[in-house]
Amino acid sequence: MGKRIGTEVSLGVAEAARLANVDVVSAYPITPQTHIVEELSEYVANGHLDAEFIPVESEHSAMSAAVGAGAAGARVYTATAAQGLALMHEILFIASSMRLPMVMTVANRALSGPISIWNDHSDIMAEKDIGWVQLFVENGQEALDLTLAAFAIGEDHRVLLPVAVNMDGFILSHMIEPMVVPDQEEADAFLPAYEPAMRLDPKNPVTMGPVGMPEVYTEAKVQCEQALLGSKPVVKEVLDRFADQFGRRYELVEKNGKENAKALFLTMGALGETCMTAVDGLIKDGEDVGQVRLRLWRPFPEEEFLEACRGAERIIVIDRALSPGCINGPLAVDIKSLFYGRDDAPEIVNVIAGLGGRDVTTEDFREIYARASGGELDGGYTVWGVKSYA
Amino acid sequence: MSDKALTAWRDLALGAAITRPGSAADLKTGDWKTLRPKVDEEKCIKCALCGVYCPEFCISENEEGYWHSDPFYCKGCGICANECPKDAITMVLEEDD
Repeated sequence: MGKRIGTEVSLGVAEAARLANVDVVSAYPITPQTHIVEELSEYVANGHLDAEFIPVESEHSAMSAAVGAGAAGARVYTATAAQGLALMHEILFIASSMRLPMVMTVANRALSGPISIWNDHSDIMAEKDIGWVQLFVENGQEALDLTLAAFAIGEDHRVLLPVAVNMDGFILSHMIEPMVVPDQEEADAFLPAYEPAMRLDPKNPVTMGPVGMPEVYTEAKVQCEQALLGSKPVVKEVLDRFADQFGRRYELVEKNGKENAKALFLTMGALGETCMTAVDGLIKDGEDVGQVRLRLWRPFPEEEFLEACRGAERIIVIDRALSPGCINGPLAVDIKSLFYGRDDAPEIVNVIAGLGGRDVTTEDFREIYARASGGELDGGYTVWGVKSYA
Repeated sequence: MSDKALTAWRDLALGAAITRPGSAADLKTGDWKTLRPKVDEEKCIKCALCGVYCPEFCISENEEGYWHSDPFYCKGCGICANECPKDAITMVLEEDD
C-alpha cells in the first residue's frame, strides 16, 4: 500500500519519476521547476534511482539529450518552465515527429519580459502545436498521479508520443500538500517496463529523424497528427486503469457545480480549485452556474467537452495567457472555433486572468460572473484586473 | 521501395524512419540534371579519371572499356568534363542530344 505524506508537490513529482524507474533524466534547473530535478539528481547520486542524470548546459541540450536517449530506447524524464521551454522549442517538434515517448513536467511560468518567475500559462500556450499529448493538473496528488500515468500513455504502442504534464509554477510546484505516494510494487504493476517500438540498434540499423522531402513531409506530419488524435482513447483507458488500481479517478473533462447550468466557467490548471470554491458560493447564493475543467488539452477532447457544455448559454473562458494581436486568448480561440457554425453555440466570454503570478481569488470569479451576467464582458477579451489609472 | 511506401502515411515507418540501409540507392538523383556528359570515344583514352572524380560514383566501365555515366544517378555537375585530360567529355543539354 502506498503511504500518505505531506510533501512539496515538486518532490512528489520527482518521486513519481523515480517510481517510473526512468533510465535517463536530462535537465537544466530553471525556476520554478528546480526542486524536481534537484531531487532527482540526489536520487541518482545516492543510489535511490538507477538512472543517468545528464546535467546539460541549457534546455536546448536537455531536450536534445532526451531525444537521443529516447531514440536509444531509454525511458526519459525532463522538466522545464518558461524561458527554458522556449529554448527547447525547435526540439519539441522533433521529439514528437520521431515518435519518442518521454515525460516532461512543465512548471508553468510567465515568459519574459518583463522578467517574471511567477505563474501563468504563456509558456505552454506558445507551444500548443508541438504535437505532444498535453495534460493540465490541478493539485499535488494529480501532479504525482498524472506524471506516472503520462509514461503509460506515451509508451503505449498506439500512441508513442511525448507527454507534457503542465502544473502551475509555485502555486503547485512549491506548495506543500498531503499526497498518497504509491509504493514501488504498485507503480510497477501499473507501469510495465518500456518496450520501444523502434530504437537505435547496431544489429538492426535504422535512420531516425531523416530528411522529409516534399514527397513525404505531409504524410509524415499526418502520421504524427493521427497518432496524437488517436491518443485520446488511450489517455482515457490509462486513467481508467489508474482509477481501478489506485482509486483516484481522473476524467479528460470534468464538471462541477449545477447540472445543466446556464453559465459555465472553463478553467485549466490550479485556478480550477479557486473557481470551484467560487462556484460553490455562487450556487449557495442561488445562481445557475457550473464549471468545466479541462484536464486533457492536446489532443482536444472535443466530444467530451461538448457534452460537458450541453445546454449552457454562456461559457466564461478563463485564459491564463495573453495572445497579443489575436482576437481572443489562446484557450478561447480553441473554444470559439469548436462552436463555430453549431446551432447550440453559447455566448463565449473570454477573461485573461492571473498573468505573471497575479493572484486570482474567489472574489475575482464572483465579480467576473456578475459582470459577464450583466453583459459587461462581451466582445473580444478582457484583461482582468488591469490598472489603467492610479 | 514502392511508390506507395514512399507516400502513403499509413505505410510510413514510425516517425518516418528509414528502416532499410542503402535505400538512398533508389533515389533518382538523375532527374535533377540540366546538362549531361557526352563522351567522345575517339578522344577517350580510358584513363577512368572521370569515374574517380565523380561525386555520385555513377561512372563505370562498359564492355568495351569506355567510361560512361548512369543517367539514373548523374546530377550533371560536370566534374567529369572538367577533369578529363583529353577534353573527351562535353556537357550537353539532353534535348540537344
